Amino acid sequence: MKNFDIKISFSIMAFLIILVGIFQSWGVALSILNLCLISAVMSMGVNIQWGFAGLINFGVMGFLAIGGLATVLVSVPPVYEAWSAGGMGIIISGMFIVLVIFLLFYLNRILKDYRFKNYIIFSIIILSIILLKFISGPSIDRIESIDAATSGFLGGMNLPIVFSWFVGGLLSAGVAFIIGKVCLGLRSDYLAISTLLISGIIVSIVKHEEWLSRGVKNVIGLKRPAPYEINLQSSEWFIKLVEFLNTSKLSKIINVIEREDLLKELVINSSGIFVKLCFSFLFLFVLCVLLYFSEKALRSPWGRMMRAIRDNEEAAKAMGKNVVKQHLFIFMLGSAIIGFAGAMLVTYDGLFTPSSYQPLRYTFLIWVMVLLGGTGNNYGAILGGFAVWFIWIESAPFALFLINLLTFQLDEGNEIKSHLINSIPYFRYLMMGLGLLLVMRYRPKGLLPEKIISK
Amino acid sequence: MDFLNAIILISNFIIVPAITYGSQLALGAIGVTLIYGVLRFANFAYGDLMAFGTMIVILFTWYLQSKGITFGLLPTALLALPIGILFSIAISLFFDKTVFEYYREKKSNPVTFIVVSLGIMFVLNAVVRIIIGPNDINFMDGHKFIMKAREFKKLTGLNEGLAIKSTQVITLITTIITCSLLFYFLNKTKTGKSMRAYSDNEDLALLSGIDPKKIILLTWVIVSILATVAGTLYGLDKSFKPFTYFNNLLPIFAATIVGGIGNPLGAFYGGFLIAFSEIALTYAYKKFFKYLLPESLEPNTLIQFISTDYKFAISFAILVVVLIFRPNGIFKGKVI
Amino acid sequence: MYFSASKLTGGYGGVNIIEDCSFNVNRGEIVSILGPNGAGKSTAMKAMLGILDLKSGVINLDGQDITKFKTQDRIKLGISFVPQIKNIFTELTVEENLEMGAFLNRDDIQPQIEKMFDLFPIIKEKRKQAAGELSGGQRQQVAIARALMTNPTVLMLDEPTAGVSPVIMDEIFQHILNIKKQNIAILMVEQNARQALEISDRGYILVTGKNAYEGDGDYLLNDKEIRKSFLGG
Repeated sequence: MKNFDIKISFSIMAFLIILVGIFQSWGVALSILNLCLISAVMSMGVNIQWGFAGLINFGVMGFLAIGGLATVLVSVPPVYEAWSAGGMGIIISGMFIVLVIFLLFYLNRILKDYRFKNYIIFSIIILSIILLKFISGPSIDRIESIDAATSGFLGGMNLPIVFSWFVGGLLSAGVAFIIGKVCLGLRSDYLAISTLLISGIIVSIVKHEEWLSRGVKNVIGLKRPAPYEINLQSSEWFIKLVEFLNTSKLSKIINVIEREDLLKELVINSSGIFVKLCFSFLFLFVLCVLLYFSEKALRSPWGRMMRAIRDNEEAAKAMGKNVVKQHLFIFMLGSAIIGFAGAMLVTYDGLFTPSSYQPLRYTFLIWVMVLLGGTGNNYGAILGGFAVWFIWIESAPFALFLINLLTFQLDEGNEIKSHLINSIPYFRYLMMGLGLLLVMRYRPKGLLPEKIISK
Repeated sequence: MDFLNAIILISNFIIVPAITYGSQLALGAIGVTLIYGVLRFANFAYGDLMAFGTMIVILFTWYLQSKGITFGLLPTALLALPIGILFSIAISLFFDKTVFEYYREKKSNPVTFIVVSLGIMFVLNAVVRIIIGPNDINFMDGHKFIMKAREFKKLTGLNEGLAIKSTQVITLITTIITCSLLFYFLNKTKTGKSMRAYSDNEDLALLSGIDPKKIILLTWVIVSILATVAGTLYGLDKSFKPFTYFNNLLPIFAATIVGGIGNPLGAFYGGFLIAFSEIALTYAYKKFFKYLLPESLEPNTLIQFISTDYKFAISFAILVVVLIFRPNGIFKGKVI
Repeated sequence: MYFSASKLTGGYGGVNIIEDCSFNVNRGEIVSILGPNGAGKSTAMKAMLGILDLKSGVINLDGQDITKFKTQDRIKLGISFVPQIKNIFTELTVEENLEMGAFLNRDDIQPQIEKMFDLFPIIKEKRKQAAGELSGGQRQQVAIARALMTNPTVLMLDEPTAGVSPVIMDEIFQHILNIKKQNIAILMVEQNARQALEISDRGYILVTGKNAYEGDGDYLLNDKEIRKSFLGG
């Protein structure tokens, strides 16, 4: 039953994507596929926190931003001038922050029950913020003034961009550790609101700290783990490949110049598809590895214990399970995966745009994926990622099609029609909302619900 | 030392804006806390409910303006407010009937309610943007400034000007009226007391013969009124942009929790606490110190505690502080 | 008998907690329902109130069959209930608690409120204080006063002295005796069996969901077997 459901759902998804390829274009189909794959990774990360452990993380957007930031920090070449102008100051500030955090954790431990412990910790935090401004202020100003228009930041480590995916994961795990220590004891709705607020802070930091990320000026032209279209279009082997794959089409044209033009056109189109295919394989590989380990974990004794804690925390505590530690671990793990996906996304886009991180698109949409697909179920999360993303993208052309159909009597200039057409980008929000409401009502466990795993 | 100028400076840039912002947050927070107390869940669609109500007010305002009807010195939107309220009530009751009631009867856990409210958030968000578009809309008309900075300087001869916008005064007055009415209702009328009773102890309220359907209906009505009023006041004061209403939800949530969940009076104070903190902590005090300190001690830097980009951090910090020191909120709230 | 319940059988879900239980009480009588933990005492009371669904049994109030009546309707007919826990509105003032007790009344309830303050003088001075701030014993008084606001003819109490000190327990039982004088039929579930029987006219002892013993208060108090099994020797 379970395998049947999974096979059917994924076949339908594949079929739909192929349909897009036929009716729209293969380039579009592959774009959709790639974003589906990335979304699937994101929703698996969220699913690990929610489905396995029952933790509500509304801070997804923040971890995605951290992952995106990692791509910049890892792959962009360093700006030596900026480093010499303010690098020392930044390093000192960084060490200061780390020191303060350690100090706080240490104080928290030794002052365990001291009456004024919280007041002390609070005062130290306030003092640190003030001190930090003094320590880092001048350096930041100097860095940001270096070549402000094209640079104005520290740059990165000039490493291959795929490394940034892992760095993104690690950074996210680190941030998740701190957040987890503070927030995980709260009950679910407070945790939701807290993580939402924190993600807002994280994105604010990324948008504001220009010396780190260029802020709203964005970072463009990121490196790629796949070839660039331009390069492909001028490489011998690629042109020959395209020629080979299209011999029948080409041979039908007698005129040499026309044939050359057609070949050029084909090469350009194919280069785009080739690049996307490279990404697809890369992302598919990541997803499969992730799925493999997740499924293994699910079936392991550890996985059973996690589900036991989720289903009955009191009983698990009574049995001696360290719930707090497990929750923290899961929170970090899930966040790491989300950060990883964030880096993947920015890599694919080729640019880092901090202003684009919005809660609706980057937190709540992912949540819809998890809830729709089936909580607690890896395949469900993947399916959710695919299905929701597909609907998200295809709703625009679909809506346009519907509008044209319904208003075919009205001419182009008609106010209502043009207003509707301008509103097309928002129809997908409507569909998301309605989809979520329908699923929660009629299939609350999602399309591929969690099956009882019998070993 | 120039006390007067310093005071006017602070009034103009901190006190007056904070009172206005605090009123807006307070109205929003009371609505959220009532939903939490009676219906027992965090309503993530509240921001978009505010946007929806405000949208109707704007549409009707445009209609009135097109018919040549205005409100003199006051913004026409105030005339349109009742219509906006009616529509908000209608849509809240609609969603309650079609969505929330089902889960109430199933006694689903709070997380389900949050998720479902997310769905409604998406839908409302889309509907508002489809109908009125995503752009900034300014629907303020009527007399804009009660006191302009220039006039003030002329009148008093001071260096600093105090500008008072009519929207700021309207916000304050409307908030005072609304809250007075609300607190009178809750504390002095039988129905209001029964609402508090239901929020306090549902089983005992049912045993006392209190009708839950009436309470829930009443709650949605009150919440819709608050949302529409708050949203309209905010839109008049700044401008209407559907996108910002969700962002405002975060400090509203913080204010609700800080004031004690389920405690309307706490939410009221929480709103002002958050507003004053946000504004006071992100203000650059350089000029202020310049007026107060002798020349030799005048500061060179901005003296801004936290940059305005980190507004969230303030709401969040206050939230964390309160949760650590007083988990039930500064005023007594309930732990559900 | 003013109020009677015959052969009640029911429970939560599929399992029966009480089987064929019968009780009755007259106006001006105090009747206790006792028994070890888990015997089904609270369940029986909830069944008589209509909070629990019955599989079979008949409940009669002053000659009227109220077995199928909803809880709210039973309250309108004159039955009142003091739950064991969460029996006051902690955030509301004492006076507001009383007002809520008489929620279904449309006439002026001030006289009734004053009557309650006469019965429970200590809470009178706390009338404007939040009920949750009162001591345990005072809260119980508020809880009972709230229930009396509807001028009930039947008062049911679920373990009114649970978790209070012996001094407070005596106070509460004294209050209950005063209520008896108002010609109200009082039915109470109790854990403190001996003290409860001392003020009761009659008692029922439930064991694993069935009537085991019944009789006058004195008789149950003094019977050797019952003393050994239920009253701690």
